[in-house]
Amino acid sequence: MAEEKKAGLFEKGGKLYWLHSTIDAFDTFLRVPGTVTAKGAHVRDAIDLKRVMIMVVVALVPAALFGMYNVGYQTALATGASWGFWKMFFYGLLKVLPLYIVSYLVGLGIEFASSQIRGEEVNEGYLVTGFLIPLIVPVDVPLWMLALAVAFAVIFGKEVFGGTGMNIWNPALLTRAFLFFSYPSSMSGSDVWVHIPKDMAPTDAFTGATPLAIAGDGGVGALDAAGYSFMDLFWGLIPGSVGETSVIAILIGAVIILWSGVASWKIMLSSIAGALLVGWFGQLAGSGIPAYYHLVMGGFLFGTVFMATDPVTSAQTETGKWIYGFLVGALAVVVRLWNPGYAEGMMLAILLMNTFAPLIDHCVVSASISRRAKKMKTA
Amino acid sequence: MSNNIDLKKGLDIPIKGAAAQKVVRTVIPEVVAIKPTDFKGLIPRLLVKEGDKVLAGSPVLADKQNPDILFTSPVSGTVKEIVRGDKRKLLAVLVETDSEQKKVDFGAKDADSLTKEEVKDLLLKSGLWGALIQRPYGVMADPSAEPKAIFVSSFSTAPLAPDTDFTLAGKAEYIQAGITALTKLTDGGVHLCINKATEAKSMFAKMDKAIIHGVSGKHPAGNVGVQISHISPIRKGEIVWTISPLFVAAIGQLVQTGKLDLLRKVAITGPAADDPAYVETLPGAPVKSLTASYEGVRYIGGDILTGEIIGKDGYLGFFQDQICLISEGTEREILGWAKPFRMNLHSSSKCYFSWLAPKKLYDMNTNLHGGPRAFVETKCFEDVTPMDIFPIYLIKACLAGDIDKMEKYGIYEVLPEDLALCDYVDPSKNDIQDIISKGIDLMIKEMA
Repeated sequence: MAEEKKAGLFEKGGKLYWLHSTIDAFDTFLRVPGTVTAKGAHVRDAIDLKRVMIMVVVALVPAALFGMYNVGYQTALATGASWGFWKMFFYGLLKVLPLYIVSYLVGLGIEFASSQIRGEEVNEGYLVTGFLIPLIVPVDVPLWMLALAVAFAVIFGKEVFGGTGMNIWNPALLTRAFLFFSYPSSMSGSDVWVHIPKDMAPTDAFTGATPLAIAGDGGVGALDAAGYSFMDLFWGLIPGSVGETSVIAILIGAVIILWSGVASWKIMLSSIAGALLVGWFGQLAGSGIPAYYHLVMGGFLFGTVFMATDPVTSAQTETGKWIYGFLVGALAVVVRLWNPGYAEGMMLAILLMNTFAPLIDHCVVSASISRRAKKMKTA
Repeated sequence: MSNNIDLKKGLDIPIKGAAAQKVVRTVIPEVVAIKPTDFKGLIPRLLVKEGDKVLAGSPVLADKQNPDILFTSPVSGTVKEIVRGDKRKLLAVLVETDSEQKKVDFGAKDADSLTKEEVKDLLLKSGLWGALIQRPYGVMADPSAEPKAIFVSSFSTAPLAPDTDFTLAGKAEYIQAGITALTKLTDGGVHLCINKATEAKSMFAKMDKAIIHGVSGKHPAGNVGVQISHISPIRKGEIVWTISPLFVAAIGQLVQTGKLDLLRKVAITGPAADDPAYVETLPGAPVKSLTASYEGVRYIGGDILTGEIIGKDGYLGFFQDQICLISEGTEREILGWAKPFRMNLHSSSKCYFSWLAPKKLYDMNTNLHGGPRAFVETKCFEDVTPMDIFPIYLIKACLAGDIDKMEKYGIYEVLPEDLALCDYVDPSKNDIQDIISKGIDLMIKEMA
């Protein structure tokens, strides 16, 4: 009885109808809707978008947990503090948690409001976006900047196009791009990647520079001199954005989303191929960085696995995915090697290819149509 | 065998309730319904009034555009009621069955010696013309059209579909005569697709005068539309006809005996059916006379992917040889999507763990398992569509009502049934068949 009354309140004509999208969102979050099929196939697969999105979040958990530990580890390393494993982890957790709170509060708030305006159900796309954003920013990014960036990305990157599924650019990367171009001093350089508490001073040996920046300046020799071996980069106890550093944690996530079929292995593989090819050319041209180093430095792998494969903003045709992925990888390394302004090229490469993904698909589909037309003529 | 078609893409939906290979009873119903709504494109003209006497094979309806196409009663009896819906739309003609069945005699003939005109005439008069479906668009065949070929899929891969080698057992001679008669209607021959998995013991493999193709693969490999797209895709301006083996046999029987006999084995299937098996009956039989009555159960005429909700007070359709019973899934599952395991539900996606139990059959219901969303994951459509088309682009063209693009993306080659699995696998819960169907309706309207 009480439930009926509550339902009436939020139904059309009810006093609180303006809140119905929000109520529906929580309601369907807790209980699968009792909707039955009305048209078409009478039975449906158990899969829904909530499940698809939660698989990506699960895949991101190893990178997030490692990122939290690494935040504490880098602080301890920089200040010479002798902390244990759990102390490092909880220190990082406390640093990263506010990023999550801001990301979800601002993002979901806007998402709920715009669903309400459109009168639609709240889409679960932001579950993933909100989880990604704290992992691709430096730990020291001011929270108000993050809030502003999230608001920009969600409103102008997604809602104006009609919400999840309609957007052109990956919203998480738009957040990062907004920060990067609006507040470059908080997003690049050597001072943002490692959190140094006010009451502690860094040791003399501390530089704060990311391996990517070091390699960009002096090649693999400079990396060795700074004490970063290939395996250090692989394990990921290095300065960088929160979730991007550990290759091993990202690979665990990659296995999860590839196995569950949420992400395309074609995009991942071709992106890696593109990076290796351009990296190899770069090496021939005297970049001083072996091609395979590009795979483990900076945000390349994180972007390849979690951002380039976004099913909405990537190419949708299977052939298109090969082309799209290859160009993402290739462009990222081109920016890294031949653009003195930016140490990292992955964000720009993916956003640029997001823009061109529909064009790639258009070409693939047109080619297929003319092939079909020829086949039909001769058939 | 002349041709082999091996299809890699597709999906067999593992649902419980396959019919056991036995006929539990034969039902000559007290009332049958002749439903003009069974035939796409038919504008019916009523030829009888309440109280008229009819024989099995007597005309009841005609097509207004093609008055030669007649629709006949499957039984002899008295017209009991003309059922109309909104705006007096004709929904059904109910015929009360006589205790003794009399049939119109169309004259027994030898299939080989028939001419094209004779075959056409016989089909039009007997009411079997309606069994011919014309592509593109899946409408009733136009008697004045020249089809480039006629296609018959001898088997169905749809969920819980009846096994044609069982339902048509003993009718091999009729099927052969039916094929022979059909060859007269086209210069392009009759293409017969057989299931490679059961080829050795299938009577269809032994048919003469047809061009035989062996097909293997998961559903929709048995869909005639998928087979056509691999044998001889439909170009703009071309027409093909298709017909199900059930009616090939009926045509053969009509030719050889001169009588219309639509008695067929209907599979009563589905997880909600107590004892899934076959019942022998006539099209138009009341569902109530064929199955037990259950509460909270959906009665589907046809299979779970493409069937029509006929309800327990409804009547078996002209084309239907399956009634599938599934529970209405109105119950709300707590935290459904978030549970790591939901072993009682099937998913073709590896986001759940049904891949761990590949042989398991599921007690499925009609729950949507989620809310409608914009398209996000679209590769799943390609994985279940073994045709040379891009399903998502065709779907979007239909949504946009863009005739030019629909043409380019292959609207001539598909019927909603060929993309039925897209309905099933879509995580965004769109009604793909409905979208395609509306696209086809638009094509018919614009191209007429």
